[in-house]
Amino acid sequence: MTLGKELRVHPIRDGTVIDHINAGQAMNVLKILGITGPSSAVISVAMNVSSQDIEFKDIVKIEDRELKDKEVDKISLISPNATINIIRDFGVAGKHRVKLPEMVESMVRCANPNCISNTNEPVKSKFEVKKDPIRLRCIYCENVITENITEHLL
Amino acid sequence: MTFDRRHILSTKDFTRDEIDYILERAVKLETLAKGGRSDLLAGNILALLFYEPSTRTRMSFETAMLRLGGSVLNLGSKEASSVVKGETLADTIRVISTYSDVIVLRHPSEGSARMAAEFASVPIINGGDGAGHHPTQTLLDLYTIKKESHLDNLDIAIVGDLKYGRTVHSLAYALSLYCANITLVSPHQLKMPDQIKEDLKAMGARVSETENLEEVLDNVDVLYMTRIQKERFPDPTEYNKVVGAYKITGEHLENVREDMIVMHPLPRIYEIDSSVDDSTHARYFEQSFYGVPIRMALLTIVLGVDV
Repeated sequence: MTLGKELRVHPIRDGTVIDHINAGQAMNVLKILGITGPSSAVISVAMNVSSQDIEFKDIVKIEDRELKDKEVDKISLISPNATINIIRDFGVAGKHRVKLPEMVESMVRCANPNCISNTNEPVKSKFEVKKDPIRLRCIYCENVITENITEHLL
Repeated sequence: MTFDRRHILSTKDFTRDEIDYILERAVKLETLAKGGRSDLLAGNILALLFYEPSTRTRMSFETAMLRLGGSVLNLGSKEASSVVKGETLADTIRVISTYSDVIVLRHPSEGSARMAAEFASVPIINGGDGAGHHPTQTLLDLYTIKKESHLDNLDIAIVGDLKYGRTVHSLAYALSLYCANITLVSPHQLKMPDQIKEDLKAMGARVSETENLEEVLDNVDVLYMTRIQKERFPDPTEYNKVVGAYKITGEHLENVREDMIVMHPLPRIYEIDSSVDDSTHARYFEQSFYGVPIRMALLTIVLGVDV
């Protein structure tokens, strides 16, 4: 076997491959999935891989885990072109691109410390989501988050 | 048109037709606002929930309700209510909804009125939510401009703290619906945020900026002054310099347009010299009064009473 043909990351039997992640966002995707320290999960991460569609991309493979809708929605906020491939018995059982939701609830903390959603009031944070570029507008105080969205994820 | 908006939370929610509808309603009620009493809202109770100080907003709402024959409940000071025991605003709103027919809320947190509307079973009118919105102030400003000047083809200079001032943000948005020519006059530390300026232009306003007040004085129909707050400046000498540059006196008015009007949401501190008070241009006390017909109009609208 020559080195040129060797796969960087081996195929997985069951689990999820998150492809077309914006370059540099793989670690934030892991954070969204709650993988921030020691874990029994088998995870492969590839960063800055050249791609036909986008110049560079990141890829995350997680064995024996399928993602929840809320996790997919969160990934869409930091990487709107990501694709989710569900792998079962080495085959692709399902493939879809993440879809940016029009509204996200209990997913993002408002960046405005004086917003009513950051108090002890019994309200969930709610944001309208705008595309190109992604902007999150708090429905309570109207503050807009445009940068470092990961830092505001709940 | 029919106006079926239940709560008054932000002027950004309104269409131009809705604003015109409110202003027309206020015209009908202005005579009554000056003196007298009707039974239009007899049997209705207005609850005033003010978590922050207020003179004009609170008293003009009270006046408006009394002139219309309704009654007023007042939360009083925070110390005298369950707020001091840690009750949430949501619970307070749910409870007061069962005591009253309409609630006016002033609260220090942005978005508080919108949240209150989710928990209320009666209409909520936003009387100011932190640095957020103050729609009834904006509506009375528009009414003043309509009555004392003109809303179409308006040249207006908005002067002062344009960064933090909730009044000016709401006003600028509303004026954009009338395609106004807006000149923003402020020290560089207190310029209007770029995002808001972009929104205004996208809505149809013509927007320009300057730091020099004297440059624009002679070319506007309305000079809208606002207070510059000392706490915005870490250095007191810098504050003193800025305050001096954004103060108008009688002398400044010598070459202005004959029908130019000077407005201010009040309270004023240094920014308008008392020598302006007796000029033909001063309108800030009339502006304050117009809060009564505007709030009468809003109360009748949200309570579904025809005038």
